[in-house]
Amino acid sequence: MSGGWQRDGYEAVIGLEIHVQLDTASKMFCACPNRFGDEPNTNVCMVCLAHPGALPVANAEAVRQSARVGLALGCRIPAASEFSRKQYFYPDSPKAYQISQYDQPLCAEGSFHVPGEGAFTVRITRAHLEEDAAKMIHAGGDAGRIQGSAGSVVDFNRAGTPLLEIVTEPDLRSPEQARRFLTLLRATVVAIGASDCDMEKGSLRADANVSIRPIGSAGYGTKTELKNMNSVRFLARGIEAELERQLGLVLAGEEVRQETLHFDPATGGLTSLRSKEEAHDYRYFPEPDLLPVTQDPDDLAALAGQLPELPVARFARLTGAGLPEATALLLATEVELAAYYDELAGRVGDAKVAANWVMGELQAHLNAAGIAADASPVTPARLAGLVGLVVDGTINQTSAKEVFQALVEDPAADAAGVVEARGLAQVGDADELGAIVDGVLADHPEEVAAFKGGREQVIGFLVGQCMKASGGRADAKALQALLRERLSA
Amino acid sequence: MAIDVIGLTAERAAALLRGRECTSEELAQAYLDRIAAVDGELHSYLHVDPERTLAAAREQDASGGDGLAGVPIAYKDLLSTRGVPTTAGSRILEGFVPIESADVVRWGDEAGLVSLGKTNLDEFAMGSSTEHSAYGPTRNPWDVARVPGGSSGGSAAVVASGCAPWALGTDTGGSIRQPAAFCGLVGLMPTYGSVSRFGVVAFACSLEQVGPMTLTVRDAALLQQVIARDSDRDATCTGPREPIALPEAGRLDGITFGVPRAELEAGVEEGVRARFDESLAIAESLGARLVDVELPYARHGLAAYYVIAPAEASANLSRFDGVRYGLRVDAPDVRAMYEATRDAGFGAEVKRRIMIGTYALSAGYHDAYYVQAQRVRTLIRRDFDAAFGQVDAILLPTAPTTAFPIGARLDDPLAMYANDIFTLPVNLAGIPALSVPNGLSEGLPTGLQIIGPAHSENLLLRLGAAFEAEHAFDPVPPAMRSAS
Repeated sequence: MSGGWQRDGYEAVIGLEIHVQLDTASKMFCACPNRFGDEPNTNVCMVCLAHPGALPVANAEAVRQSARVGLALGCRIPAASEFSRKQYFYPDSPKAYQISQYDQPLCAEGSFHVPGEGAFTVRITRAHLEEDAAKMIHAGGDAGRIQGSAGSVVDFNRAGTPLLEIVTEPDLRSPEQARRFLTLLRATVVAIGASDCDMEKGSLRADANVSIRPIGSAGYGTKTELKNMNSVRFLARGIEAELERQLGLVLAGEEVRQETLHFDPATGGLTSLRSKEEAHDYRYFPEPDLLPVTQDPDDLAALAGQLPELPVARFARLTGAGLPEATALLLATEVELAAYYDELAGRVGDAKVAANWVMGELQAHLNAAGIAADASPVTPARLAGLVGLVVDGTINQTSAKEVFQALVEDPAADAAGVVEARGLAQVGDADELGAIVDGVLADHPEEVAAFKGGREQVIGFLVGQCMKASGGRADAKALQALLRERLSA
Repeated sequence: MAIDVIGLTAERAAALLRGRECTSEELAQAYLDRIAAVDGELHSYLHVDPERTLAAAREQDASGGDGLAGVPIAYKDLLSTRGVPTTAGSRILEGFVPIESADVVRWGDEAGLVSLGKTNLDEFAMGSSTEHSAYGPTRNPWDVARVPGGSSGGSAAVVASGCAPWALGTDTGGSIRQPAAFCGLVGLMPTYGSVSRFGVVAFACSLEQVGPMTLTVRDAALLQQVIARDSDRDATCTGPREPIALPEAGRLDGITFGVPRAELEAGVEEGVRARFDESLAIAESLGARLVDVELPYARHGLAAYYVIAPAEASANLSRFDGVRYGLRVDAPDVRAMYEATRDAGFGAEVKRRIMIGTYALSAGYHDAYYVQAQRVRTLIRRDFDAAFGQVDAILLPTAPTTAFPIGARLDDPLAMYANDIFTLPVNLAGIPALSVPNGLSEGLPTGLQIIGPAHSENLLLRLGAAFEAEHAFDPVPPAMRSAS
């Protein structure tokens, strides 16, 4: 699955450009609130509206968070980096230049390992800090897009939001690798707390540079750019579709044109946004209104030391604790699930038992309810209470499922209370079990005879009958033992 | 009482107010009367609002402030003033009213200064004569057929004509010092980063500073005390390194002046040169030592400046696109709207510099022009560093000529640019310079420029005070004496 995409003698070459909106209190170069979803054009000032005389002041927290992300991506953080002006005219760019970074980015030359089956490493070219553009809304157009729209309005609330642009080398070899890489990267940034990386809200946006080349070739084919994929799944699907398109062209003897494409997940189609002939000369030059960003090596060392446990390390820890790779990967990268798991495992004191509950009952419940783990009424504390009752033998698995359902339905209930109220404590008492077993054996002479005749698998049926007779509360192990004892008597 | 505002220094005005010899309202009224009398001809103000000015003055009278409270001032119309139109001398900002004041204006307000209005300038401060204002040229109070210099020509003319006791200008390549010299005033271009640029409509960010234009060196020090402050809204501003002191005139024993003799060979008018040589003699008579210094790269300052400043300007002026404020010329689509708006809104000189700057930053030309100019800039900075290893300050004429006739250089941009050869290198180096009156040449003022190392404002002001005392220059133009 995570091997390379290879068809008809060609292989995929994919690089990603990822924009992460940083979750700082204020914007990148002014004191306006950095907030999503407010009334349009309310979080604005002289600076983010680019009034004459306005000057930018760099947000130190954005610089700090970017450095933390850079460290997590194994980047070198140069002692000095520089902001530059990237110039282009468009109504979403109030200054008609974006303050970005050019030849001296905040983070350089990293590498990021994606573990698990078919593990691979992606080199990070750079990660640089810049400001987001305003949001254009094209009235009357198809789904807010410019094609066919009657007019456009601009919301400057987003103008000046801190953006960290992460650029990879073209090291990805399949849509699946792209999906895995982006999933892990997203989990890493979220774990750091630099961004919520919500692709639907646009706080993480990914562009993919896609090309194909003959297998074994060291050169690169002409690449196209897939813009603004808004989910990890669509990213993989878009790349897949583009690879197929390019392969079709090449096999038909046609050339791949360098262009920017939009992938429509609804139709699976690709449309051209612009060709490279219209490419801009951005006329970069160092931003004279800002001083270079300097990084103190001691501060960086301290920042690196203060990073939380990152998903890659988490994966190693969980597999080390004996969890299967697939489970460990899920619990390392699904942010809410990971936090839930950690708390549960801490309370239960057994990594595997906690993992089984999270991957089993909890996941089923979350999927059915369509909610994230942190929104479940069955909090880790409540679930830990239930797991404790199973571990100490108070209830059996069958009852546990019933108790779990009760916890979902009644947020005020606790596991011990449910067990008490419903009389679910398992029957392990030898006398009580003995009576049940004796009754079942007496009622099923044919099966008893079959067992004694050598058809040992019949015992499963007898266990089931006993369990039924106990109202599901029988201690399954004790029951088995007792049955065997009686049958072999 | 009737107040004679002609030649009235800000220091003296403050003394009148503190001694209760007049009120701020009376003082403001006297200036407004003076403006009404002479500014029709000079055209030095772009915006005067008597009611607003008098209300601000009355507020100062009522609050019983101290220090400079109640003293009037004029602001170059490149400085944003909250609630008061700010045009930068351009059609593209006609009717634009800032939502916030520039830091320096805010600090003026805090000190209790009363704004008389906004002064004329070359459009976006691009020029050396104030003829490039979209609202028409300002005339020199010493000779109304001549330019007052620029780009802070309006600020120079209001102070020289008694239409304000002092004013703030901005200096990107000489725009405070050259008009100060042309109008017989003191002008200080502070060390880069000692005065906030927040709210100053940007022309070339890495070169410009706000500074005082005054009748006396002491007034320059007083106004510098108000505006030289650290600001958290300008990342390049750290304020002055030491508090600005009020200078006293005195001897110059122990001071060494550097004189870049080679630079002086480059076309200095005879009268200007003669006055300059006299000042060298004055320096020696006060006990200072003169040594020759070399600034081998300074002569390339003009070329480097006319790449770097337009490059920055081409980006800074891109925000004037008709989308959010200012002029908009409607057109069928957004691109056509940009083009029509910018074509109608910008004057010829501004367009020229946008073109130069855009070209200098374009792919393929960026290294040959922009990068090369930055290298030259570094070399010029080193020239000055080396010189200040030997000398305390450098002396040069502020401008190679006196004020030229209106229209004389309009068709020859290079000749216009060349008027700034002695001032531009100072901006490229980011160091301070003071221009003080240096006597008349054929009835027109000349200026002596004293250039010092970074954060040497106190030294420059002390040296300036010494020359000022020796010259005993009367800053009131003869024509202005009779005009009231």
